[in-house]
Order: sequence, then C-alpha cells, then structure tokens
Amino acid sequence: MTFDINVIFSHLPEIASGACVTIVIWIVAALAAAVLGFLVAVARRFGGVILDRVFGIVIAVLRGTPFLIQIFLVYYGGPFVGLSLDPIPAGVVGLSIYGAAYFSEIFRSGFAAVPKGHIEAGLCVGLTHTQIVRRILLPEMTMLVLPPSLNMTIILMKETAVLSIITVPELTATLSAIGSQQYAFVEALFVLALFYWGLVEITGWLGRLAETKLTRFRFFHI
Amino acid sequence: MSVPAIAVKNLVKTFGDSTVLNGIDLDIAQGQVSCVIGPSGSGKSTLLRCMAFLEESTKGTIAINGEVLGFAENAKGVRERLPAAANRRIRAQIGMVFQQFNLWPHMTALGNVSEALKTVHKINRKDAEERAMAQLAKVGLGGRANHYPSQLSGGQQQRVAIARALALNPKIMLFDEPTSSLDPELTGEVLNVMRDLAAEGMTMVVVSHEIGFAATVGQQIIFLDHGKVLFTGPPQEVFKRPRNPRLEQFLDTYIDRGASMLL
Repeated sequence: MTFDINVIFSHLPEIASGACVTIVIWIVAALAAAVLGFLVAVARRFGGVILDRVFGIVIAVLRGTPFLIQIFLVYYGGPFVGLSLDPIPAGVVGLSIYGAAYFSEIFRSGFAAVPKGHIEAGLCVGLTHTQIVRRILLPEMTMLVLPPSLNMTIILMKETAVLSIITVPELTATLSAIGSQQYAFVEALFVLALFYWGLVEITGWLGRLAETKLTRFRFFHI
Repeated sequence: MSVPAIAVKNLVKTFGDSTVLNGIDLDIAQGQVSCVIGPSGSGKSTLLRCMAFLEESTKGTIAINGEVLGFAENAKGVRERLPAAANRRIRAQIGMVFQQFNLWPHMTALGNVSEALKTVHKINRKDAEERAMAQLAKVGLGGRANHYPSQLSGGQQQRVAIARALALNPKIMLFDEPTSSLDPELTGEVLNVMRDLAAEGMTMVVVSHEIGFAATVGQQIIFLDHGKVLFTGPPQEVFKRPRNPRLEQFLDTYIDRGASMLL
C-alpha cells in the first residue's frame, strides 16, 4: 500500500462540490449565529431579569452538551416535535444555534468590558441612551469582540465536519466516501485536513486585516 | 443675593448598608471655585457625582441654578424621579471632568470634543469641528486634534476631556480628582488649564488632593468627613487657622509631606 494522493484528485468535481457545501453552510451559519448571539446578548442586557435567566439556562445547556448530540437531536429528534428538516437546513439551523450560544457570551462580555465611565461621559455631554448605544457602546464593543468572534468563526468552520453524520454532503462526508471507495483513507483525511487548515489560515488573515483596519487606535488606557 | 449655582439640601446617599453621604447641606456660589477636600471614603466623589446626577441620591435635593435635578418631592411629599428630558436639559448646564478622563478611544481628540455638538446639538460637522478646534486650542492642544486618546499623554487626555466639557458652554464645571491619575509634571499642565478657567470666572467644584491648588485657587473650601460637611470657609481660615480638630489632623498629613510652605 502506497501513499498516492492522485487517487483523491481523480475525484475533483465531487470534492469541489463538497467544499462548496462546507463553505456555504459555514458562512450562512456563522452569520446567523453572530446575529442571533448579538440579539440574545442585547436581550440579556436590556430585557430584564427574567429574559436574562431564561437565556442563561438555554446557553448553559447548549454549551454543556456536545454539538454531535445536539445535531443528532435536531435531525432525528426534530420530527417528534413536528420539525422535519432536510440534512442541509437541519445542519445550518443546528450550527447557528450552537454558535449563537457562544457568540452571545462574546457579545455579553463585550458590552460588559466597555468602561462605565465612557457611558457616563456620554450622559454628561447630553447624549440620550440610544445615542450612547449607537455612538459609544457598539463601536467600542465591536473592537473588543473582534478577536474572539474570529476565533468562534474558525471553530464553527471545523464543526461543519460533524454534519457528515446527518448525511450532509459536505467535504468530510465526500472525502470519507471517496476514501472508502478507493481504499485510500489516509490520503482522503490528509487532503481534508489540508483543506480545513487552508481555510482557517485565509479566515485568520482576513480577520487580522479587519482588525488592523478597525483598530487604528489601541486600548492602551482603560 | 443671587440663586446659588448649586444648592444641596439634606442630601443622603446610601449604598446598601453603608451611608456615604449623611445629610449634606451646601451652597456653591456663582462664579467661585469651591474645593472639596477630605480623607478617602469621606464621600467627596459621591457628592460630586450626585451633583452631575451620575449617582442617584437616596434623600434630599440638588438644584442647579434654582432648578431641581434628578429627584424632587411632588405635592404629596413623595420623592420621584424627574423626566429624563428635564434632567438632560438641567444637566446641560454642567460640565464634568473625570479622574480617568473617559475619552472615547475610537474617536480622535477632535471627534471627542465635537461629538455632542454634532449628535446632541445637531450642529453641522464643519461648524462643530471649528468650535471644537477653538476649544482644543484653548487648552493648548490645537496641534493634537487628529490624535487618538491612546496617542496622547495623560495630561493631554485630561485637557481634551476638559475641552470636551467646555465646548458645550456649561455654566458650572465639576472636576472629580482630575489629576489623581497623573504624575506631578502632567498634573501641572492640567492645573494650569483649570487656573485659567477660574480666572475667567467659571463656577467650579473641584474634588482634589491637590491641597496647593485648593489653597491658592480655591475661594471656598469644603471639608468632608464620614459623609458630612465638617467645615466650610475661605482658604485662609481653613489652612491658617484650622479650628476643627479633625480638619487639623487631616491637614497635618499634608504638612508632614512638606506642604507647609503652601499654607
């Protein structure tokens, strides 16, 4: 048995299709997770004690259980509560909710990390609460949450691999199939690892670019 | 006699079980520099923060140029919070300077000073920035307008913060330990700006450990201890002949540190 990477490349069209599915699911789910997470963080901060507690429990469950089990429950358990989703929508929904739990904590800590004095300074020059949120809280928070958000986005990308177990035709599923078909598991997994790594590097590079653009100033003092 | 710039009546502030302000009665005269001194934990900062309505008092009232700010008693004698718009309007007469500067880090010096002119007063960008530039020039920072706070020294940041407050033409300026996070050299440049402001006749309330500033610029000294005003009077009376034993004890700590020649 030899290590022959060409066996894998003879399946390029399927690989390309799997890669597309992975990338699309990842981008849609990451965006949905960020938006959902932001809304949850806003609800927890401004929506009163009850909302804060309820979301606190939901997040504890989502963070306290493996994604593998969550996605199983959404896909195979969904029909019991009238939620029958095809694999791809189920994957997107599952990944979005899972990611939202983490994103909401990122945004929550971002809100909390804006110094109270910056808000008081806004009050003292006559800004209304809405103006303070728009002009001070959100811009300052964005800078603070950028690095952890990038981190979470990368994690979500690699979690798309889990969706192969609910038959989503993404890259892990595609390459596993090719691997067993051609009896070339090592080659298949090698290509798979390279693909994810490459995508992580590109994402990290884009994230750093955004960070330097958005934070020309730095938080030296606080 | 004219209405006091700030009239504090029976002000009480409690945080949980601890009483920080325990019945403060105080008038801040128009056009005067009042310096609040006292040991740590005596309630100096809390008093100042109540004056700016950053802290909600538990009892009593604060009136700014005759208008009650924050909480007032209604006809039935029940204490109630005044509408946000009214509080905003009354608070507009006050400029506040913080110990930690509290500049907005994502805006330049010019952005910090012009922000409220643009957002609150709806002045167009060009005019707002012109006014902001004039204020920055006044505190000696005309050349630093496009610097972000992180690119400025502490003293420069505090001067930007003073310009930010002054740009809105306040009638009263409150200073909450404005030099406590600065080294002695930078303290000087901030105190000079404050001296100029005092010379222009601005009504100022200054919470500070700069006893030299209090002695030379202050016109009324307010000594706070355990949430009560122990003594008020002109600086000569406070520093030359402190008749109150607690005040004497407090001032001794400064004299021990070589400040006697100032007094």
